[in-house]
Amino acid sequence: MATITASAPLSLPGVLKHRAVHKLLLIAVAAAVLVPLANARWASGSWPGALTVDVSEPLAKTSDWIIDNRDSHPLFLYFFGYISNAVVLSVRAVYLVLLAAGWAGVTAFAGLVAWRVAGVRLALGTAAAFLACGLLGMWVPTMQTLAVMVVAVLTAVVVGALLGLAAGLSDRMDRALRPVLDTMQVLPAFAYLLPVALVFGMGVPAAVLATVVYAAPPMARLTSLGLRGADKEVLEAVESLGSTARQRLLTARIPLARKELLLGVNQTIMMALSMAVIASIIGAGGLGDRVYQGLSTVDVGAALAASIPIVLLAVILDRLTGAAGERLGATEPDQRRLRGRAGWGVAAAATVVVAVAVRLLNGTDWPSGWVVAIAEPVNTAKDWMVDHLYTGVPVVGGTAEWAGHFTTWVLDPLRDGLQGLPWWSLLLIVAALAWVIGTWRTALTAVLALAAIGVLGVWDKSLDTLSQVLAAVAVTVVLGFAIGIAAARSRRLERQLRPVLDVLQTMPQFVYLIPVVALFAVGRAPAVAAAVVYALPAVVRITTQGLRQVDPSAMESARSLGATTRQQLFQVQLPLARPALLLAVNQGVVLVLAVVVIGGLVGGGALGYDAVFGLAQGDLATGLVAGTAMVCLGLMLDRVTQPTERRTKKGA
Amino acid sequence: MRFRTTALPALVAGASSLLLLTGCGAADMTKQASPFANAQGAKTVTLSVQSWVGAQANVAVAQYLLEHKLGYRVDTVQIDEVPAWDALSQGRIDALMEDWGHPEEEQRYVADKKTITRGGDLGVTGHIGWFVPTYFAKEHPDVTDWKNLNKYASQLRTAESGGKGQLMDGSPSYVTNDKALVKNLNLDYQVVFAGSEAAQITQMRQFAKEKKPFLTYWYTPQWLFKKVPMTEVKLPAYKEGCDADPEKVACAYPHTPLQKYLNTDFAKNGGKAAALLKKFKWTTEDQNEVSLMIADQKLSPEEAAKKWVDSHESTWKAWLS
Repeated sequence: MATITASAPLSLPGVLKHRAVHKLLLIAVAAAVLVPLANARWASGSWPGALTVDVSEPLAKTSDWIIDNRDSHPLFLYFFGYISNAVVLSVRAVYLVLLAAGWAGVTAFAGLVAWRVAGVRLALGTAAAFLACGLLGMWVPTMQTLAVMVVAVLTAVVVGALLGLAAGLSDRMDRALRPVLDTMQVLPAFAYLLPVALVFGMGVPAAVLATVVYAAPPMARLTSLGLRGADKEVLEAVESLGSTARQRLLTARIPLARKELLLGVNQTIMMALSMAVIASIIGAGGLGDRVYQGLSTVDVGAALAASIPIVLLAVILDRLTGAAGERLGATEPDQRRLRGRAGWGVAAAATVVVAVAVRLLNGTDWPSGWVVAIAEPVNTAKDWMVDHLYTGVPVVGGTAEWAGHFTTWVLDPLRDGLQGLPWWSLLLIVAALAWVIGTWRTALTAVLALAAIGVLGVWDKSLDTLSQVLAAVAVTVVLGFAIGIAAARSRRLERQLRPVLDVLQTMPQFVYLIPVVALFAVGRAPAVAAAVVYALPAVVRITTQGLRQVDPSAMESARSLGATTRQQLFQVQLPLARPALLLAVNQGVVLVLAVVVIGGLVGGGALGYDAVFGLAQGDLATGLVAGTAMVCLGLMLDRVTQPTERRTKKGA
Repeated sequence: MRFRTTALPALVAGASSLLLLTGCGAADMTKQASPFANAQGAKTVTLSVQSWVGAQANVAVAQYLLEHKLGYRVDTVQIDEVPAWDALSQGRIDALMEDWGHPEEEQRYVADKKTITRGGDLGVTGHIGWFVPTYFAKEHPDVTDWKNLNKYASQLRTAESGGKGQLMDGSPSYVTNDKALVKNLNLDYQVVFAGSEAAQITQMRQFAKEKKPFLTYWYTPQWLFKKVPMTEVKLPAYKEGCDADPEKVACAYPHTPLQKYLNTDFAKNGGKAAALLKKFKWTTEDQNEVSLMIADQKLSPEEAAKKWVDSHESTWKAWLS
């Protein structure tokens, strides 16, 4: 899920180019002094063994301690146990309510809420989506997922809002929280599934808490942004009325920030839903578990049947919160006949009537006859595609051959090249890149992150992963820019692309696991393919948007000077959209890195495999080290691709 | 604005009532069933399913009998083996129907903590080994002995295996000594991890469709043998304890009688459900019959279980008594 919290930075004028040269000179001087020293002491291509710390022993001990004391130590009995119990009870309460309402009650309720918030069209869409979940035979799993989501999203919103409130009101808190939120956003979910599951036990509590960790940061960021962005004049006016700080907060600052707050809720919901499948690995149940079970029997059709409800839920919730946001922003009063309390009253009454009526007619369970089996046609379609594309296609060759060539000609040289470089030279390259594009702080973070990877003793594996990430980002950016440019020039294409991008962004990543292997064979090539599919939509969207926002008068004057379309694109549009394009690259990197673990499931090896291995074998040392290394890679790549202004901008 | 000013007290009230509900004493982490268990007054049993179809077959039949003969509701959760032990000890799941041998976990949970109880033999014997497709073995009969494997390394090369032959391993959750075996037997092979069983099966079927040779880590009982006939490659014979040191292993994998395990609380208080699961015992043929219906004929696990139950009354009648 793309979480773009930055506003568009300005482009770099020529002055900065001089500064870049200065920075590079400084680094060269530092290198001339430090490299001979480092080389003399630890002359090796790979990260020197003397500079690593073995953390596997203490981690294994920690994990054993937790398992041995989980049932008896007061920390668990009086603290974690309560949290875990509270989660179980709340999820259970929501689940029981949903079951009691029955399929008709839930559908009616969802439809009526949509009607109140966004009008008739979305109401019909919402009801249809819920009925579709039932028709796919996924009613009970959908309710389980919904119950988990309700609890996880509410908790994440509350936690995020509190953090955001602190950051929004105090500059010191803001400074302290920012790196924490940064880390939370680049942290791959797999890295903390294991520790969370170890402490809270397998199943729903761990899944809910892992989801909260994953979904809270956007809420916190947007809350803080909203509070800081409140109109100064309004605040002064309120202050002059002699109100207390508390009153100012409640009556002016929070209401003024409500648009950002709602956007935060929206982002939190999207992030939480994208965790639904990943969390099934630690036993969350529901739709994610069905996806996972479908995949283990190599049944893409069954996995897809469970994925469609996830996509539908995501699309509905996105449109609903979006509509709510627009209504908040509207200045015109609500003109409909049934507004305010009366409307809600009618909605509530209608829900109860429908629920009770259907319950009396045929019970609360989804009628077992009303199921459409889509698994078989989907599998047939997949088989056809694989049969005809895998190999021996005339002229262009089959996907298997492409994958082989991609591995031998791109991935292998890239990996061997990175692993062959002396360790200090990589640190220098990263320092130079990060400093030229950012500040000395970003450069320092990037270098430290890379060094941490070496210290953890996973240097070679991380570079293997890095080579896959770089290859995937390159493919994503080339494709994404091309499609984005095309979409920016044609409204029609953009409209046609929109639903496709929606589906690609919300479809659980696990679903492409099998098709990707079926097309590209086991190995690093399918891992790259999966990453490209996942990251492409965000890059396309940001590119299109960036190109569209280019000042029309600049385009107009270029046209009047007689520039060809090609010249307009390369000499006006693209240079002016540079900040957006940089942001697209940055998001591409972050998203590609988020699916490294999926790569591990299809033969990508390296860090992704280690993360999966750690989880499957309950091996905290392997899993956590791989996860931490991924975080470090993420931080490093984020800093290297992050334009300066995004960091210096207040609040974002 | 009234909503905003009342939100905080409501939240505090909600949180404190949750605390009250959970009780003020110690929170016992070993007694936290799934929130979806026992919903609406139904008696439920939560079973863990592992990622292979054999395990699904066990669970499907147990689930069918529990639901249709004893009136329980069954929830299934897919978890890898080691995490499943952890979940079993905490009561998040009630039973593990097929275990391939985890001595460390047995020591910790069964012998020391006593949170897990043995459920007896499943009746099926499992075996891990190296396999080549039968069409390849027929063409080159000597490939079925490890001593001749190096001769075929060049034919088994892929883009992922570098200059060596490819030995494909599967899910990281499975027991494997393959890296050590390749090294200790001086084989010119590279172990390539498919990363998941789904990926491994997909790749094998892809190879089989083109009649390409491959060498893979695989196990019996398994339904895929009916789709892709495979022949085992002989490794140096297994002797008790020859796999004790993971670095020095140079022998084949053992034959393992598969075991069932139950949560101790459930074993004591689980009533008829626990009794049924303890008595559950069938043969490799039975399991394969159900597995094939699920994986090959694409019946749903429930339909497959029903078919088997309808035709094997004498077997399961004994489990209910």
